Amino acid sequence: MTFLDYAPAPESRAILNLRPSYGLFIDGEFVDGHGAPFRTISPASEETIAEISTADEHDVDLAVRAARRAYDRVWSKLSGADRGKYLFRIARLVQERARELAVAESLDNGKPIKESRDVDVPLVAAWFFYYAGWADKLDHVGLGPAPRALGVAGQVIPWNFPLLMLAWKIAPALAAGNTVVLKPAETTPLTALLFAEIVQQAGVPAGVVNIVTGAGETGRRLVNHPDVDKVAFTGSTAVGREIARSIAGTGKKVTLELGGKAANIVFDDAPIDQAIEGVVNGIFFNQGHVCCAGSRLLVQESVHDEVVDRLKARLSTLRLGDPLDKNTDIGAINSAEQLARIRELSDVGEAEGAERWSAECAIPDRGFWFAPTIFDGVSTSSRIAREEIFGPVLSVLTFRTPDEAIAKANNTPYGLSAGIWTDKGSRMLAVADRLRAGVVWANTFNRFDPASPFGGYKESGYGREGGRQGLAAYLASADARTALAPRASDASPARSDALPTPEDAKAGRAAKSRSVSSRTESSTRKGSAR
Amino acid sequence: MSIDLARTVVGAELSERSLRGFVLGLPGVDAVGLEQRAAALATRSIKTSSKRRALDTIVSLIDLTTLEGADTPGKVRSLAAKAVLPDPSDAGCPQVAAVCVYGDMVPYAVEALGAAHAGAGGSINVAAVATAFPSGRASLRVKLADTADAVAAGADEIDMVIDRGAFLSGRYSEVFDEIVAVKEACRRGDGTSAHLKVILETGELSTYDNVRRASWLAILAGADFIKTSTGKVSPAATLPVTLLMLEVVRDWHRLTGELVGVKPAGGIRSSKDAVRYLVTVAETAGERWLDPHLFRFGASSLLNDVLLQRQKLASGHYSGADYVTID
Repeated sequence: MTFLDYAPAPESRAILNLRPSYGLFIDGEFVDGHGAPFRTISPASEETIAEISTADEHDVDLAVRAARRAYDRVWSKLSGADRGKYLFRIARLVQERARELAVAESLDNGKPIKESRDVDVPLVAAWFFYYAGWADKLDHVGLGPAPRALGVAGQVIPWNFPLLMLAWKIAPALAAGNTVVLKPAETTPLTALLFAEIVQQAGVPAGVVNIVTGAGETGRRLVNHPDVDKVAFTGSTAVGREIARSIAGTGKKVTLELGGKAANIVFDDAPIDQAIEGVVNGIFFNQGHVCCAGSRLLVQESVHDEVVDRLKARLSTLRLGDPLDKNTDIGAINSAEQLARIRELSDVGEAEGAERWSAECAIPDRGFWFAPTIFDGVSTSSRIAREEIFGPVLSVLTFRTPDEAIAKANNTPYGLSAGIWTDKGSRMLAVADRLRAGVVWANTFNRFDPASPFGGYKESGYGREGGRQGLAAYLASADARTALAPRASDASPARSDALPTPEDAKAGRAAKSRSVSSRTESSTRKGSAR
Repeated sequence: MSIDLARTVVGAELSERSLRGFVLGLPGVDAVGLEQRAAALATRSIKTSSKRRALDTIVSLIDLTTLEGADTPGKVRSLAAKAVLPDPSDAGCPQVAAVCVYGDMVPYAVEALGAAHAGAGGSINVAAVATAFPSGRASLRVKLADTADAVAAGADEIDMVIDRGAFLSGRYSEVFDEIVAVKEACRRGDGTSAHLKVILETGELSTYDNVRRASWLAILAGADFIKTSTGKVSPAATLPVTLLMLEVVRDWHRLTGELVGVKPAGGIRSSKDAVRYLVTVAETAGERWLDPHLFRFGASSLLNDVLLQRQKLASGHYSGADYVTID
């Protein structure tokens, strides 16, 4: 045994007090769903964690009605300061129960405890604290005085950051005065249900937050429910397209945060050791289950060999294994289905002639695992350079000039994020200006902050989450009328005011110029985005 | 010989111009990224059997140090006794790597170590600080005499300081030449040499870029060890600085196959801190570096905290400061 064979240091599961089965959280109470229940398992061991209800059409309708009632009767009548109080309370409860939430997240999702403990859960609290502060300052969002909430938000989130994505969705929605029905992913519903307990603990009025569990069908019903005013979705581009199609013409507002195939550009003057760390963090953080992952490494030809050698050496020190061990760097792949996709695309990469290298590590007998893998000599036309793998697989491509780097980085249907590594400030800014990506990180990667807007170009979706822009996605200016289609609840006082006016067109233009300014802000922020 | 290697690596005759070109051509260091990496390494959780092993390793890597104007032969004898038998209640406790003293205290240290001294068949070295430690503000003649004097008195290792003034004003060859000269002064009559540790005093170099440049300069000039600090300037050793220096020795080894050691000194007082350094060494340069020939802690109070932790692991409960000897 050597020193580097660290003795197991498992985080205790004793802090978890899970129930054998969970219902849906509707109108402030846990209730049984009417669909066939399903089991949520730990991807590291394939053991069942709990049985989860499935919401059928009727349950989704109950949840939306509860949200509508809570909106009409309570939440829309509260002052911003009072809404803020509830959000602050949630944030503090998240901090109080941080360890429990981290253990539950790692258990259900498979991500290493060091990430759920040091990244996911602290960011969740930060998101609620940040938007709690906004709740009584909506006049300053940029939509003019007294902007209005939209009403009921239907939100569907993915399995890669289950609780963090919940926070990204719920915090701004509630701060802006909306009520929500949220559907977590079917492989990772656990922390959303623990969050429902926190909502009860915080005394949030019944119906303001509703959680419905189930698979794609439940999400489809939620998104298509006629009484939902706003749809927010994070997930795959295919499903995003389907949502956009299904809500077209309904007047529902929508934000979509979809896939990505980010380029991480390493210039020859990069701070080499930190660039290696950044590339590793960019693609192997959360097993590469990150929509903004730096899955394409664009490295300047003159330093290619050195960078690849160093990367391999560094990857050899990563520890794959039990997500609950505090020394684990690479956890389990979230599901058998996802593992199959990663394997399939990796095989394609090999068949297309790229040179495959995987870190040597012992793969546990049970559970879903994939060793950190690099493909060298990947061409831009290769499928592994174009399709989102959503796993711990890095494609290495080279470039010779900054122009070539920019062209290759932009040559993707996606545009969520990008990274630049150079010691030269002027190059950093010049390149960032020409990258078509919603977030550009410079000399860092995968850093998140609630004050910084996040979102994509092209097939990576539209709308921004985070910051002032993320709040605007849940608001309409006082004189704009958002709901075009008449609807039964239109008689409610909150929505019975204005008719469509020429102001609508103006608001549309304002929204456009806003997204431009958000882009500028995010590119000036990047140096300090940490 | 070492100069030949330096010439090969620099790729030119060693001049102010070529050395300058070389150190300024080194890749930059991103401070945020470096500190982030150090912080990540510091979250490793070293428990149970790994902790036991780590604590023993730490003891065996300590340069037990006293560098006070008030030092006396009695104080040094007492330090030497502690070096030989760190924990009188536990004969299984390893000995420290070296005792580190001022040059005039070397004879007392050698005498007090007796059979435990490396020169007498034991394993404990005597290290002497030299070259007008800690400021280094003396003429080269004085610095060389200081060094030769300590070597003649029986020092196995010399901890020299670089001329930070010359380094900061960009006179790299001056710094380089001085290290080469001190290395020469480490030579004994019989042809062997005292090991040379080169103190960069990173607290005065101010930027990580400077630390990387000074590390390379010292290694090119023949340092056996690069050491962070004198312990007289704040900040002394930090985890990011040590990480950076470990990256340099790792790169040097990849480039030349030669092994150079790293010694963080000053400010490392708790076992918990020291374990973080071990993790950083093992995960950066490699486990091979966890050896007294390649890694040392320059510390005085660290040893007692490690002994308390060892006692706790053995007995299951914490004792207290009165259960370890003060020096």
